[in-house]
Amino acid sequence: MLIQPIKNFNKYRFLLQELVLRDVKLKYRRSVLGIFWSLLNPLLTMTVITIIFSQLFRFDVPNYHLYILTGIVLFSFHSEATTSAMNSILNNSGLIKKVYIPKYILVFAKTASSLVNLGFSVIAIFVILLFSDVKFTLINLMFPLPLLYLFIFATGIGLILSVYTVFFRDLAHLYTVGLTAWMYLTPIIYPIEIVPEKFHFIVKTINPLYYFLLCFREIILYSQPPSLQLHFSCLSIALFTFIVGLYVFFKNQDRFILHI
Amino acid sequence: MMMNGKDDYIIEVNHVSMCFNAAKEKVDNFKEYIIRLATRKLYFDEFWVLNEISFKVKYGEVLGIVGYNGAGKSTLLKIIAGVMKPSKGSVIRKGSMAPLIELGAGFDMDLSARENIYLNGAILGHSRKYISDKFEQIIDFSELHSFIDMPLKNYSSGMTARLGFAIATITEPDILIIDEILAVGDFKFQQKCHDKISSMLDNNTTVIIVSHSIDQIESLCTHAIWLENGDIKLMGDAKNICKQYRLS
Ligand SMILES: Nc1ncnc2c1ncn2[C@@H]1O[C@H](COP(=O)(O)OP(=O)(O)OP(=O)(O)O)[C@@H](O)[C@H]1O
Ligand SMILES: [Mg+2]
Repeated sequence: MLIQPIKNFNKYRFLLQELVLRDVKLKYRRSVLGIFWSLLNPLLTMTVITIIFSQLFRFDVPNYHLYILTGIVLFSFHSEATTSAMNSILNNSGLIKKVYIPKYILVFAKTASSLVNLGFSVIAIFVILLFSDVKFTLINLMFPLPLLYLFIFATGIGLILSVYTVFFRDLAHLYTVGLTAWMYLTPIIYPIEIVPEKFHFIVKTINPLYYFLLCFREIILYSQPPSLQLHFSCLSIALFTFIVGLYVFFKNQDRFILHI
Repeated sequence: MMMNGKDDYIIEVNHVSMCFNAAKEKVDNFKEYIIRLATRKLYFDEFWVLNEISFKVKYGEVLGIVGYNGAGKSTLLKIIAGVMKPSKGSVIRKGSMAPLIELGAGFDMDLSARENIYLNGAILGHSRKYISDKFEQIIDFSELHSFIDMPLKNYSSGMTARLGFAIATITEPDILIIDEILAVGDFKFQQKCHDKISSMLDNNTTVIIVSHSIDQIESLCTHAIWLENGDIKLMGDAKNICKQYRLS
């Protein structure tokens, strides 16, 4: 039963490549600084926030600028990947009406394009890392793991959103609001310690992003290998979301044609 | 090919029906949805475009489909090509297929023709290497040598259509599905398209073709189906069907 979809994916993996290639090309073709924007953008945001918050609140976080930078980079990826994936089916309605393609490829292509952008932003993190007093160790090289977990998670969310946006266009607006709330619930600029103990459950239980971010920061900031338990939590959250996403998508994809 | 008596149908269309949503305002936002849910008006305006269509196509047959505008011809072809799933019924298809239904689907106007060849080829399910191998052939056929690195938005519609046709016909499929696309380009290119299709026919390809040109159906096809309002009105020998269709 699983062989047919895998064969099909194999046949259309070139389409995935071409779509990602196109997105990346078109994004950078017309801007003068091109790819450097993906490096510069998080750095500039980091600078602004660090200046403001280190004057205003003085959170007691070592290497506060790197703490912020990692948070911004990961959350921006999540937000960009899920938002563009959400619109991928609607934006390609012309294509879906005209030819057969496995439709989930359109969603994957969007999250994968965001992953390429994330790659450039990670370079920015390493540049800053070099100029900080964080010791560079081999443990830092584990950084792709949490990014992979987050990528799988975001693709799952993207699959679910892309389906329901076809049926309810309002979801696009609601999700923008939802993302803002989600951002404040994620310890990007504040340390989890400042959240009163009784509210920890909100950040920790209903917000999976916390775990991906924690995992990434332990590797990059604290040069500490994340516990096996943390890896397991991240991976199971990611896979669970992804499988639910695929299920919802395959269950509904034949009805897209009636609503686009 | 697999010409054993039991297996000599290459396409089987079994009781295919297709229903679209003809609601003037599709319920696609929450407010509407909740109001309709509350007032129990969450219906779906059924609009049956095809009703219980069944037929079989043998290896090497050339089947023409005729009918007035809106009869459901394109919808039927898209169901056979797998672009959409029928609301009821099923289609069994054996062998590789080249759909010439909507040419140049997914062309990106901001990319050059060169980049679009790879993109459109991938949409049709080809690998990068396969397209590279056929690249020269595509350029030669479309005669767009000097425009190959120009963005597609600067192409004329005829040039875009040429490119689309050239990419769609690089394969040697078992089944060819054609929906009124022979009217693209200038008269010289039309002639070229005809020759290409004819050469594909000579290769014993199975073909389903929709056309408003009765002469074309009569000269190319062995069998024909006349669709009217989603039903098969007549089916059989192409000459006979064309005669009746002309009289109507
Ligand atoms: N995506 C869709 N949503 C709703 N209705 C549709 C859709 N696609 C086609 N229809 C309807 O289905 C009917 C048949 O359309 P179809 O394109 O199959 O006709 P056709 O026989 O190809 O006509 P023509 O000769 O003009 O090409 C039309 O009434 C059309 O309005
Ligand atoms: Mg048509």
